[in-house]
Amino acid sequence: MNKQLTIEEFVASLKSGMTIGIGGWGPRRKPMALVRAILRSDLTDLTIVAYGGPDVGMLCAAGKVKKLIFGFVSMDAIPLEPYFRKSREAGTLDILELDEGMLQWGLKAAAFRLPFLPTHVGLGTDVMTHGNFKTVQSPYDDGEVLLAMPALKLDAALIHVNRADRLGNIQALGPDTYYDEWFARAADRTFVSAEEIVDRMDHSYPEDARANIVERCFVHGVVEAPLGAHPTSMPPAYGWDMKHLKSYADSAREDGGWDAYVADMIGADEAGYLGRVGGKDAVAALPLPIF
Amino acid sequence: MTTAPEFTLCEQLIVAASEAWRANGELVATGIGPAPRLAAGLAKLTHTPELMMTDGEAYLVEDPVPLGPRGYDDRKAAGYLPFSRFFDAAVWSGKRHAMVTPSQIDRFGQTNISYLGGTYDQPKVQMLGARGFPGNSICHINSMFVPAHSKRVFVEGEVDMVSSVGYNPARRTPGVNFSRVDLRLIVTDLCVMDFGGTDNAIRVVMLHPGVTFDQVQEATGFALEAASEIKSTPAPTAEQLAIIARLDPHGLRATVLKDNPAGKRS
Repeated sequence: MNKQLTIEEFVASLKSGMTIGIGGWGPRRKPMALVRAILRSDLTDLTIVAYGGPDVGMLCAAGKVKKLIFGFVSMDAIPLEPYFRKSREAGTLDILELDEGMLQWGLKAAAFRLPFLPTHVGLGTDVMTHGNFKTVQSPYDDGEVLLAMPALKLDAALIHVNRADRLGNIQALGPDTYYDEWFARAADRTFVSAEEIVDRMDHSYPEDARANIVERCFVHGVVEAPLGAHPTSMPPAYGWDMKHLKSYADSAREDGGWDAYVADMIGADEAGYLGRVGGKDAVAALPLPIF
Repeated sequence: MTTAPEFTLCEQLIVAASEAWRANGELVATGIGPAPRLAAGLAKLTHTPELMMTDGEAYLVEDPVPLGPRGYDDRKAAGYLPFSRFFDAAVWSGKRHAMVTPSQIDRFGQTNISYLGGTYDQPKVQMLGARGFPGNSICHINSMFVPAHSKRVFVEGEVDMVSSVGYNPARRTPGVNFSRVDLRLIVTDLCVMDFGGTDNAIRVVMLHPGVTFDQVQEATGFALEAASEIKSTPAPTAEQLAIIARLDPHGLRATVLKDNPAGKRS
């Protein structure tokens, strides 16, 4: 068993029209190398499910997104994601706007192979009315009416971690794993990019087995992508590149700004990308963000 | 405790806002934005030490983390509350009181941070999205901080997209348990309000020195109620100012209110 893929093999295994979940949170530990591979491809009509950051903004800017299912889209220190904003204000996106908690609840329903999970969340708000969510009544004595959060079934999930082995054992070493494990379990196929790939995790890093955020039966492909979260943060290895994110955000205000960003930064491949954004050493030395 | 000689209006608001968490017990105090965060820290370090707080990333701390640049490892973790546990452990369990700054607030206490104007399919101005507001509002205590009290924030009709639950009878779906909706304080640059009016109507309970009720009403898009006795917002003490200064070593609080006006004594 060897789940290692090249980044080209990874992107070739996706199809237009798929529903793709992206792990991480805002500008934190996003599988950006995998996202850039999608940006370089001719994939289109995607439904994206995410706690969005620049991943969502870039996919919107590139016209890859048909529908967006989101709890928020933000880059923290740059609160409003400019390309997401542009797409929304142009009215070109189908959307399903969720509460952050509803999103993970829908992933859990999919993971547990349930049609829905009940929750209080969303009731009484326009998330409920605009999202056309249905309610269920508790069959017990309380008789409470609850929102039925439908399963968010994914065709594919993308996540980025510190380490993976060829069998699909992965380790995320940062202080927060967000909802990556639920994206993985909600998906038919999960693709994991990693800073480092080893033959066997038990031969290399057995002491960090508790960082194995999701079991390998939920991991279908692993892709080596050093510095693959750039420009988002990858604790404890490196921080986000706020200077880069700022210039990316500024590009949205210029005519042809996105095309220039694609030409100047995204380019043809990851090796070239890392050179264009300042080099491996500079990215690896980015300080961890302070909150 | 002596009253300090000089202070800013922002510091006076931070002290007033910290009262939101008084006697809340063991729950996570979350202040989003510099002033609410300083207010939560002040509450924990003065009247309500049992409050819990995060470092803004993933760890629970007993010493509130100062604002702005610092050494990454300066904060000392006492516990662990990453986003991956946040809904289980803090939000849906009701173990939290958040103070936030919505873009719009209506007479029912419903708020909006999602978009302004236009429609759901094509908003005029897209903002963050609903974030955790629907869940926060139906599961735990919430308060608000408004740095510029105006009709743009306190809107005349309903907010453009109801991101958080308030006390609007028209949105009370039959059979739903809204008993945990618990809106406490709204601290603005003009006054302090609560939801103690008729049927949870918004009510002015404190005016900052020099501000009149009519002035607040004039800056609000709906009719306000007045508490039977409206108090004057107290001046910070020297002790409170020293704690605020320690939690904000880079002086970010100077940027919260336009022109950073001086505070006033009554």
